[in-house]
Amino acid sequence: MARRAGAVTGPIAAGGVFALILAALLAVMSRADWPVTIGAADWSVLRFTIWQAFLSAVFSVLFAIPVARALARRRFPGRGALVTLLGAPFILPVIVAVLGILAVFGRAGWVSDGFALLGLPPMSIYGLQGVVLAHVFFNMPLATRLILQGWQSIPAEQFRMVGQLGLSPRMVFRVIEWPILRQVAPGAFALIFVICLTSFAVALTLGGGPRATTIELAIYQAFRFDFDLGRAAVLSLLQLVVAGGAAVLALWILPPLALQTGRDRVVRRWDAPSPVLDAGWIIVAAGFLLLPLLAVAISGMVGLWQMPLSVLTATWTSFWVAVVSTVVLLTMALPIAAWLAQSRHGGAEAVTLLGLAASPLMIGTGWFILIYPFAAPVTYALPVTALVNAMMALPFAVRILLPPMRQVFTDYGRLSAGLGLHGFALWRIMLVPRLRPQIGFAAGLGAAMSVGDLGVVTLFADPDVATLPLQMYRLMGSYRTEAASGAALVLLALAFGMFWICDAWGRRHVER
Amino acid sequence: MRGDDDMLSVERLRIEQGDFVLTADFNVRRGLRVAVIGPSGAGKSTLLNALGGYIDVVAGTVVVDGIDVSAASPDKRGIAMLFQDGNLFPHLTLAQNVGLGIRPALRLSEAETAQVMGALGRVGLRDFADRKPGDVSGGQQSRAALARVLVQAKPLLLLDEPFAALGPALRAEMLDLTSEVARDAGATVLMITHAPEDAERAADDLIFVDEGRAEAPRAVAEVMANPPEALCAYLGR
Repeated sequence: MARRAGAVTGPIAAGGVFALILAALLAVMSRADWPVTIGAADWSVLRFTIWQAFLSAVFSVLFAIPVARALARRRFPGRGALVTLLGAPFILPVIVAVLGILAVFGRAGWVSDGFALLGLPPMSIYGLQGVVLAHVFFNMPLATRLILQGWQSIPAEQFRMVGQLGLSPRMVFRVIEWPILRQVAPGAFALIFVICLTSFAVALTLGGGPRATTIELAIYQAFRFDFDLGRAAVLSLLQLVVAGGAAVLALWILPPLALQTGRDRVVRRWDAPSPVLDAGWIIVAAGFLLLPLLAVAISGMVGLWQMPLSVLTATWTSFWVAVVSTVVLLTMALPIAAWLAQSRHGGAEAVTLLGLAASPLMIGTGWFILIYPFAAPVTYALPVTALVNAMMALPFAVRILLPPMRQVFTDYGRLSAGLGLHGFALWRIMLVPRLRPQIGFAAGLGAAMSVGDLGVVTLFADPDVATLPLQMYRLMGSYRTEAASGAALVLLALAFGMFWICDAWGRRHVER
Repeated sequence: MRGDDDMLSVERLRIEQGDFVLTADFNVRRGLRVAVIGPSGAGKSTLLNALGGYIDVVAGTVVVDGIDVSAASPDKRGIAMLFQDGNLFPHLTLAQNVGLGIRPALRLSEAETAQVMGALGRVGLRDFADRKPGDVSGGQQSRAALARVLVQAKPLLLLDEPFAALGPALRAEMLDLTSEVARDAGATVLMITHAPEDAERAADDLIFVDEGRAEAPRAVAEVMANPPEALCAYLGR
């Protein structure tokens, strides 16, 4: 059959991503000392990387189960807002959350103040506990949403049956909730594990030192502090093997990412025991998520007036980097999704996981090596950042677009083929209007992820070039916490604002 | 053998879908309305989808109006097809949906716009041109789809039970309208149906599909007067 949508552009886009990563990899390999040796320091970095990702995934999922269960079986005022809040960490800039976590759990934070009243020593946040805490902050909501989504897919009829038979909560868990949990929880665990393997910004701000360095952070240090391209290369290869292997394994159990804020429904349940325990979990979860944000908001209000002018410049820089990144993201994601939606072998989806597995800093290092002989890499800091950001968001965007894209081709594929809709007209008349909500959502996610990203830009940047997260990190580094909080507030507004604009565009004039 | 008078010639067609095999070898004369009837799962829908170019065939040729279209894409076969659902884009107005039948890129000239309005008027939807499918009734959606068939002006029309969800009275009305539209457009019609009375009402010939084989069309009245054993079983007589 003739010209399918994305049949040509899809493979080109996917091939482009592949080529960019491969070029970086080859550049990195050319700088490594062969044969590659992995020293004791590298082994300890590897051990820490896996251990923190494992702990982060375990605690995120364990914390999420009671919270999701409480949300699934209770109706209370503010429940909808809380479920929406669970989606927020996805678009929350890491550095903002870290600042909030420091304000609550840090040495001079609210919790330590409380300890002091009881005569206890202050809490120590830096190191493994801080890294895991921040990862749980980001990923517990994700796990909660995935598990909640699973439990909400249980038909209401089953709970009517429960009410009729008078089953105890323990029986309900065994008969209804556990089978779903067994399906969803491993996927949630795998996803969080892979995300945490390539964690950089959290490790940069809360980890560090010989005992709390992730591979990603070690690449940065080898590059930035020692300019040891050989060691950066070895670490990059290690990262590729670890994260790539984990991502490929995870692919088979990854849950689908659904756009589901609007579709939240509460089933009438007859099996809920005394509400005290559920209420407790909900309060703990809400506090855990809201207090750090509240802390940023409070100190940010004060800090807004202490921000240096450089914050404004950085805000503008971050804005247009995010715009470019989002455009690049959609240019890649839409044809790839159209291509995959019509391809018979689902394995092609693995292509997009390269973006998840290949570490941003490895790609950054590779491109630095490639650009270095010809031009000052600093000049390319922002374009490379925009491109890498787009590649990082690509797996998410494709996973958001793919299921509805498949549905559109199932529902209207024959109609459009019979009418001879091809190429650009097919996109304009069928695909974009049908997928508008998902395109808006994916674009918003991409924009927010780009705006909040503190990653590859740290490799390249000189004092004159900075994105807003980098500028904020510099303010934190020079102990100007209040100015940093002000910048955090601006960054928060920018990330949520860009997400909201894209998402609102997608939701406007939706025809069912 | 194919004759000059044939609009559709299906020659030694073989479709395979897993274990399921369907063969067909028949001609349909120009201007006839042919009902395709047979038990569920016999392959009626598969046959029409293969003729329309939506399913790949293993062997055989499909000739429409003297042209071998076996390898052509669905829009280049001289065939318009209506499906059980998904005949209209929900985000486009009825006029835009009809306009797609003239130009898939939807940039219509004034004359073409007038043609769209004329087609909508023909099916009694002139006042509904700017409505979207979700805002009109099921019967009106069917009418809009027929209006598009009218502007598509293809010599062969395939109907895969597009009116199945309508009530009996409305379905009969749509079948009559289909006959009129087909006559206006000079089109030959193949329609799948479950109800023998629909075949008697709106078809000249009848193709019986059963046990992996589509039989050659015979006059409806003749078949109904003296149905073969398998058809009797299907009809419950």
